[in-house]
Amino acid sequence: MSTQAKPLHSVGVPMKRKEDPRFIQGKGNYVDDLSFPGMLYLSLVRSTYPHAEIKNIDISEAMKVPGVKAVITGKDLEAAGLGWLPTFHGFDKQMVLAIGKVLFQYQEVAAVFAETRAAAVDGAEAVQVDYAPLPVVADPFTSKTDAVLLRPDREAKTNHIFHWEVGDKEGTARAMASSPKRIKQRIWFQRCHPAPLEPCGCVAYFDTMGRLQFHVTSQAPHVYRTALSLVTGIPEDKIHVMSPDLGGGFGNKVPVYPGYVCAIVGALKIGRPVKWIETRTENLTSTGFARDYHMDVEIGATEDGKVTALHVATTADHGAFDAAADPSKYPAGIFGIVTGSYTFPVAHAEVDAYFTNKAPGGIAYRCSFRVTEASFAIERGMDILADELGMDAVELRKKNFIRKDQFPYPSALGFTYDSGDYHKTLDVALEKIGYTALLKEQAAKRARGELMGIGFSTFTEVVGAGPSKHFDILGIKMFDSAEIRIHPTGSGIVRTGAKSQGQGHETTWAQVVAEELGLDPQNIMVEEGDTDTAPYGLGTYASRSTPVAGAAIVMAARRIREKARKIAAHLLEVGEADVEWTDYKFQVKGVPSKTVTMKEVAFAAYTNMAQNEPGLEATYYYDPPNMTYPNGAYVAVVDVDRDTGETKVRRFVAVDDCGVIINPMVVEGQIHGGLTEGFAMAFIQEIQYDAEGNNLNTNFTDYLVPTSLETPHWETANTVTPSPHHPMGAKGVGESPNVGSPAAFVNAVIDALSPLGVRHLDMPLTRDKVWRAIRDAETRT
Amino acid sequence: MKVHVKVNGVAYERDVEPRTLLAYFLREDCGLTGTHVGCDTSSCGCCVVVMDGARAVKSCAMFAVQADGHEILTVEGLAEGGKLHALQQGFWDQHGLQCGYCTPGMLLTSYALLKHQANPGEADIREGLAGNLCRCTGYQNIVKAVQQAAGTLGQPVAANT
Repeated sequence: MSTQAKPLHSVGVPMKRKEDPRFIQGKGNYVDDLSFPGMLYLSLVRSTYPHAEIKNIDISEAMKVPGVKAVITGKDLEAAGLGWLPTFHGFDKQMVLAIGKVLFQYQEVAAVFAETRAAAVDGAEAVQVDYAPLPVVADPFTSKTDAVLLRPDREAKTNHIFHWEVGDKEGTARAMASSPKRIKQRIWFQRCHPAPLEPCGCVAYFDTMGRLQFHVTSQAPHVYRTALSLVTGIPEDKIHVMSPDLGGGFGNKVPVYPGYVCAIVGALKIGRPVKWIETRTENLTSTGFARDYHMDVEIGATEDGKVTALHVATTADHGAFDAAADPSKYPAGIFGIVTGSYTFPVAHAEVDAYFTNKAPGGIAYRCSFRVTEASFAIERGMDILADELGMDAVELRKKNFIRKDQFPYPSALGFTYDSGDYHKTLDVALEKIGYTALLKEQAAKRARGELMGIGFSTFTEVVGAGPSKHFDILGIKMFDSAEIRIHPTGSGIVRTGAKSQGQGHETTWAQVVAEELGLDPQNIMVEEGDTDTAPYGLGTYASRSTPVAGAAIVMAARRIREKARKIAAHLLEVGEADVEWTDYKFQVKGVPSKTVTMKEVAFAAYTNMAQNEPGLEATYYYDPPNMTYPNGAYVAVVDVDRDTGETKVRRFVAVDDCGVIINPMVVEGQIHGGLTEGFAMAFIQEIQYDAEGNNLNTNFTDYLVPTSLETPHWETANTVTPSPHHPMGAKGVGESPNVGSPAAFVNAVIDALSPLGVRHLDMPLTRDKVWRAIRDAETRT
Repeated sequence: MKVHVKVNGVAYERDVEPRTLLAYFLREDCGLTGTHVGCDTSSCGCCVVVMDGARAVKSCAMFAVQADGHEILTVEGLAEGGKLHALQQGFWDQHGLQCGYCTPGMLLTSYALLKHQANPGEADIREGLAGNLCRCTGYQNIVKAVQQAAGTLGQPVAANT
């Protein structure tokens, strides 16, 4: 038997991405690139009012527009039993097209189908809708009063959607009352939008067998198939969902949107393929927004800075429908991670959510279900506490960190943190940024009246939903799956229930399979997004791909290895017990000269398998025993111009610990991107509504995405504390920078302003807001 | 209206509505879907193509009829004879893309940038790409990709600022 020339280390290698050649040559396959004979275009008529009764919809002029084939309204859908769509959250439903009234500006009111994109838009323009305006509820605090009931369709005649709480309410109140030091701060994490560069869209048609072929921008294609079957009554085997290349998702492509349902209805009604591609304005104004949590954060501590209690009471603005897409037992997501990286002996968190006349959502934007809000609350809160105590923010954090020897650590709010070395991770960051020198520089600048801030965020994420006993969406447990087939010549294909949107699965999954089986990652094909071929999975969001689907791949590969061992024993002419897997090949125990490679075994599995079952493939459904807890220490250095309020992020160091790293190049890329999104939320992004419910940030000229000019230079590093329960020791990482970084930016700006007595400002920290804070502070003194 | 446009060296003659945007002409009339559309306000730059050799234009902000008689280069025309353009190679080598949606526009804007300035430094590249949005990469590796293509990777930043 031959031996391999060299070991095939695949995991940990910064392998160039296998998907890139098509993207750099314009050969990507995004949903708007698809075209089918006879395809119609769908354009949606949207509400101009935030809250209004619909008196009449006149489609007669629209039907006269050349090329318009059909117009449907909410009444048509209601008659067909398709008026409402259940939200993934499971507690609410959403109008597909407005029925009786509209509840937010840009709500879907009618659907126009036409021969061309332009004719569909012309048709939509020609639909006449008569509205009778109703009083608008533009914020959750007004909503709370129930003076205007927004959702009479619901059984409960109140705008209050839910109350959720976790922890020891009385114990926390007692501990707080007896704490010698206390801080309390209202912190608003503003409404943001994931804004992937590719908007949402789909193409729907029924094939000659009457089967729905549905190409759609979905981060969770299998869940879509099940949801569509439940909504439309089409048997699930008659639905084929395909999610092609996605131009980013960030949580925005998790929910099912009204446009999708309209496209399917149109395809069925007219008997032709229908394409719906939303515009950027439609994306920003009607699809899943994120955050909008008003958090009252209260921390108790001893005189010397040991935390004693945490209480967070949140008022959440969910918009017109509760479309938060959280796991069904977690209406406020995994907000319970709000105790962060610290040893709070007792804590209590509660969230009350309300309807308003705003777009529905509250989705997990690059975030494991409300973890970004929670992380921001605690990391901001710790800085405010440091200020109250007159203590260095680093010293306070170190004093309260969960120590390395305390893992697995049971948190006061019920999580079991798997692993971490927070002190070490922070020390790496301090060393890299040169903290001591920065403090000296800051002192000198302060003496001169200059504003310079150093901000920290030492966050803990919780990702990889999740254990089936806790997590489900629409009742479907949040496992994930992988199927691996090894071909006779030693190449193979892996399919998973995850769905890359830019994360690089075609590369990293190949690396995982190659590592486990000693094969060449270049010859492991990865396929995702096709519900006919991929095993059932819950999709890619909440940084769950590597923790769940990645684990499934490892376990499936190990199943293949177990089968291969039998064939290897046959080839090596020894008993199975005498064969060991070592150095990426099978070897007779104690006889390094007698080996057989996986490639040879693969060939034998089809040509010379003896009494063994032919073939070499395996499937694994992985139900994670716990979540993974990636963490990091971020430091921002910000200069603030005292005269203009201009902020400049001079340096940013991000040290992440995501356990074992599959591809360091991909991980670094994810960190860069997430930090940039965090930077955007901290400084420039907000979906604002005025008091009349008008959306003020409806396109990229108002809802700003940082360009190459203002985006800071990122300095990254890693510590590696493997997850003890993940089969490869890996944790999720894509969301850490988005979750962790906003607090570092804001803490830096507030640190810069602290000599003026500024203790807190809500994001985004625009020039104008910072300038006003400086002016107000200077006026006070 | 009849328009004659040479795209990637191939002559296209098409009958289009006067309001047809160049982006949709390329995508739907020429079948070149590498040029993407990411916004309604000419903000994102996903649709950038190069006109007449060295001018980067946002093809969503031009009518097809305005390109009549002109030559357009799209992402599909960058590689020659099966060999990737240095910019394509740079984006691949430096991990200058993730979801790939902004990539064609980034490549074409960089192409025009290098036509005007052969040895741009980091600051020049950041300024040159300021009309192209990316949600995935944070731009850092895109800058490196362009530097690799220009042969300026690793050169001191100070020389260009």
